Amino acid sequence: MRQGSTLIASVHTALDDSELVRFEHDLIHQIGEHRSRGVIIDVAALDVIDSFAALTLRRIAEMARLRGALTVLVGIQPEVAFTMVRLGMGTGQVPTALDLEEGLALLAAHPVAGTDSTERDARPGSTP
Amino acid sequence: MTEKSPITPDELSADFPALDREDEEQLLPQLVAHLREHRTRLQEEWSQRIQQAHLLTAMTPQEMAAETTSVYDNYVEVLETGNVEALQHYARDLSERIIPRGVETHEVVGIVLLLRDVLARSLFEKYQRDFSRLNEVLDAYEPAANRIANTVAVSFVDERERIIRQQQDAIRELSTPVLPVRERLLILPIIGVLDSERARQLTEQLLSGIRKHRAKVVVIDITGSPDVDEAVANHLVQTVDASRLMGASVIITGLSPKIAQTLVTIGVDLSKMNTIGDLQGGLEEAERLLGYTVTRKEGSTSS
Repeated sequence: MRQGSTLIASVHTALDDSELVRFEHDLIHQIGEHRSRGVIIDVAALDVIDSFAALTLRRIAEMARLRGALTVLVGIQPEVAFTMVRLGMGTGQVPTALDLEEGLALLAAHPVAGTDSTERDARPGSTP
Repeated sequence: MTEKSPITPDELSADFPALDREDEEQLLPQLVAHLREHRTRLQEEWSQRIQQAHLLTAMTPQEMAAETTSVYDNYVEVLETGNVEALQHYARDLSERIIPRGVETHEVVGIVLLLRDVLARSLFEKYQRDFSRLNEVLDAYEPAANRIANTVAVSFVDERERIIRQQQDAIRELSTPVLPVRERLLILPIIGVLDSERARQLTEQLLSGIRKHRAKVVVIDITGSPDVDEAVANHLVQTVDASRLMGASVIITGLSPKIAQTLVTIGVDLSKMNTIGDLQGGLEEAERLLGYTVTRKEGSTSS
């Protein structure tokens, strides 16, 4: 996880349900700790996003919004995107972007999340 | 192409178990010798029958003569050895040569059956006085002849299918081009009927195209596609959703009245679909979304 005023969480391996719950928990807490205005969840490493994962991601986005941060989902693989749509699990209101760079640009353009600069430290990401 | 395993003489002989071993061993060589002896006459008769039946009209008489000779020889050889591999090879080769000239399956099967008939008649003639002998000869001849007819037909159809597959691949590659027109802007012109197979491919190409070109806006132009069925329309909507998940917005242009009707009838949620009347309008909208402003240079001529 990297942070700045934007919190970046990248998922490196497939997560099972309990790991997802922990991920959700950790992320929500960190939003408060770091006073983040934006959250980027990078799922480029995931080959599969099941309904529970999609639900969790939507829940995270909703909770983050309640705590004052905008969530962007980035890096959904083409096959994953189409499978999700076929199974009728969209991302709801959660905005999506092609990759990290796009996600940051999207946050920067947003009136709430983009108010302050998105400085980040360069600590390597780790699995939550 | 499905490769047939070569048929061994064992398998062949399994087809006429009624014969005792000695008889069988003598019969086939006898038969082959007979067919070799009367080769010219039988072949001519065969050619005549082919002409009478108006088969292979796409070929010149010279070609016909050459091909009938080699088919005849191959035929007799298979009768002799029971090994159809060489014939298979020849039939495939022949098919490759004659398919582009519009020779039909029924013609190829027809000529082989004619040859079978001609040879059978000559056997009738030879053994007409000895009925039981004739029976035995036919027992030996028929399965082998059937096998040959089968082999030729299968080889021909295989070859044809191979060509069709090749062409399908070519069409498929051409049918869903994803064109980058500006940085981060893709155009996907769809021309012709969209079936579910093409729609699936379109999705695949579009999504990987979005990734490859880092596209933010995609214009799908379906002016050239007059009609889609419900499944494909649904698929199209899903493609738009999937593109959105990958961070690209999709503009659909050139919806025909009929497609618009289909989309409304199946009741998909169209509020998220960004549709614009024609390709020109779609491009302008895409440029607006990407922040381009296109202005014509002062003084340039418009045609």
